[in-house]
Amino acid sequence: MAKQAEKKNLELPAELEQYYRDMVFIRHFEEKCNMAYRQGKAGGYMHVYIGMEALAVGWMHSIRKGHDYVITAYRDHAHALLLGTDPVAVMAEIMGRKAGTAGGKGGSMHIYDPKNGMYGGWGIVGGHVPIGAGLAFASRYRGDDRVTLNFLGDGAANQGVVYETLNMAALYSLPCIFIIENNEFAMGTRLEYHAADTELWKRGLPFDIKSERIDGMDVIQMKKDAERIIEWVRKEGKPYLVEIMTYRFSGHGAADNDRQLYRTKEEELENMKRDPIKRLEHILIERNIANDEKLEAIDAEIQEVVDKIYAAADASPFPDVEEVYDNIYSDMQPEKGH
Amino acid sequence: MSTTLEMTYRDALQKSMLEEMDKNADVFLMGEDIGRYEGTFKVTKGMFPKYGHRRVIDTPITEAGFAGIATGAAMAGLRPIVEFMTMSFSILALDQIINHTAKVHYMTNGEVKCPIVFRGPGGAAKQLSAQHSHSMEGWYAHVPGLKVVCPATPADIYGMLKTAVDDDNPVILYENPGLYTVKGMVPDDPEFKVPFGKAQILKEGKDVSLIGYSRMTQINLATAELLAKDGIDAEVVDVRSLLPLDTETIYNSVRKTHRAIVVYEDWRSGGFGAEIAARIGEDCFDDLDAPVSRVGGLNVPMPYARVLELQCIPDENDVIAAVHKLR
Repeated sequence: MAKQAEKKNLELPAELEQYYRDMVFIRHFEEKCNMAYRQGKAGGYMHVYIGMEALAVGWMHSIRKGHDYVITAYRDHAHALLLGTDPVAVMAEIMGRKAGTAGGKGGSMHIYDPKNGMYGGWGIVGGHVPIGAGLAFASRYRGDDRVTLNFLGDGAANQGVVYETLNMAALYSLPCIFIIENNEFAMGTRLEYHAADTELWKRGLPFDIKSERIDGMDVIQMKKDAERIIEWVRKEGKPYLVEIMTYRFSGHGAADNDRQLYRTKEEELENMKRDPIKRLEHILIERNIANDEKLEAIDAEIQEVVDKIYAAADASPFPDVEEVYDNIYSDMQPEKGH
Repeated sequence: MSTTLEMTYRDALQKSMLEEMDKNADVFLMGEDIGRYEGTFKVTKGMFPKYGHRRVIDTPITEAGFAGIATGAAMAGLRPIVEFMTMSFSILALDQIINHTAKVHYMTNGEVKCPIVFRGPGGAAKQLSAQHSHSMEGWYAHVPGLKVVCPATPADIYGMLKTAVDDDNPVILYENPGLYTVKGMVPDDPEFKVPFGKAQILKEGKDVSLIGYSRMTQINLATAELLAKDGIDAEVVDVRSLLPLDTETIYNSVRKTHRAIVVYEDWRSGGFGAEIAARIGEDCFDDLDAPVSRVGGLNVPMPYARVLELQCIPDENDVIAAVHKLR
């Protein structure tokens, strides 16, 4: 009883510490990815989640992991890591190694781990959104109680296929939550320059989909909102659309090396004040759950863990060249040769 | 010993789908106007009353959207059969099919299968003009990760639909609208299957190989009969499956007849027949008594006026002319 009463007002200290650890882990992991890219250990397109950590942490702590479906675009490391995907396999994939989640065939943008409910990892803006609805369609068809978290960016919110999908999700009553991660930029194009109406939450309304806008920089509130929405969708078996206000501190991708082309340093500094990690730090200190020393110790501990992940991934071999024909089909190989 | 039944291509296709749906509760149909309206070409007539809206799903006119939903459903273990009202409309779903569906197995390193059948009429029907008459098979057969089959006979559509539904990979099952009323003998056997990657010789001959698929195989059969009257003994090779492609059966025929004509309805330039012709040229050069020849659709948008439309689609006269050019 005492516990319940406590929970009503304040989250348990262990819970909050776990959010903190998860967010710090993602931040360090992503920083390591950036380093890997700079060192030439990772290539292609790579998009990190720095600044947006509270969003994925809040949602992934609210679902039934391995039961519910999760699908997202190419800014996908955090989603997989929080679902329980082996971080060495994620880092190895980013480095194009055989031990990667896709054996080095996918890279940063294509992290899959279906056993843990992670269905990618997709590279075409908005293109995975109907596929996510298809996962939810399977739940509806079978009558199971899985919920699908269908993450997309603010840029994707303009794609035509997204509207086709919203229509069908409502038409067929699909248990699918469309989560618009609004980090205010479609690559280098600011929200005001790409969206006629910048209130993206309204985009579910024409389809009679319950829709709202919420803050994604406060992990505690994010968790509460996510729990509430997931519970509703699981119970009602209907879609939901939520626009989550966040900000990416890093560039669009690793190749975006001049952010001043589309935003000022002052703007960045202003938004850094919304840093979800700093925000939780204040709360942890305020509630006497941790002090500066403890937070520093956690940070150092996680940094070490990430260093080890990186080292393990970097020590793993590249794919064998013969594997180039593998897994294109389940039962045959394509014709060989140039 | 199984018996055979005479039926149309359309009825054979429907019978096959009905049997597969009865066999496996994970199989469902999805497409525009396939339920209450019974399908534009009436392929799904009677299926909505039998299975209801849960398994025969009328979709909005949003090809990319429902192709994507079917892909997600297949990733979750269901086995959708998606009908495109015409393959020309599948152009709207190309991003889904090529950039998503075809990559599922690969990008998950084999962890997720994508058992899905995209089917529908492709090629010219009758006076549907420029936007409804595309032959899309060559576009799809270009894409690793897809399988593409183009059955020409009622027995083959019956057996290949079953193979497609059973396949754990995305399959494009290509029907030419001109074939729906073609009659033929079909095995009365719900377990009958036609394997992919196996071409067949529908008529043996020694003078020239007429190589085609889908409706052009029917043209080639009719052409062979006409040629016989002139004392020319043509062999008809029905390719059936473009991806995977059975080059051995094609090559063996060419090695026997020493002359090859590839017939396809798609635009002559860059169509799949050009791929077949190139391979014969590469691998059977020493066996050929004449250059490989192609008879393809005219390189023009499909016109409306019947007299112009007929000029665009290869027919017996075009094939006969090509045969005479070789001699």
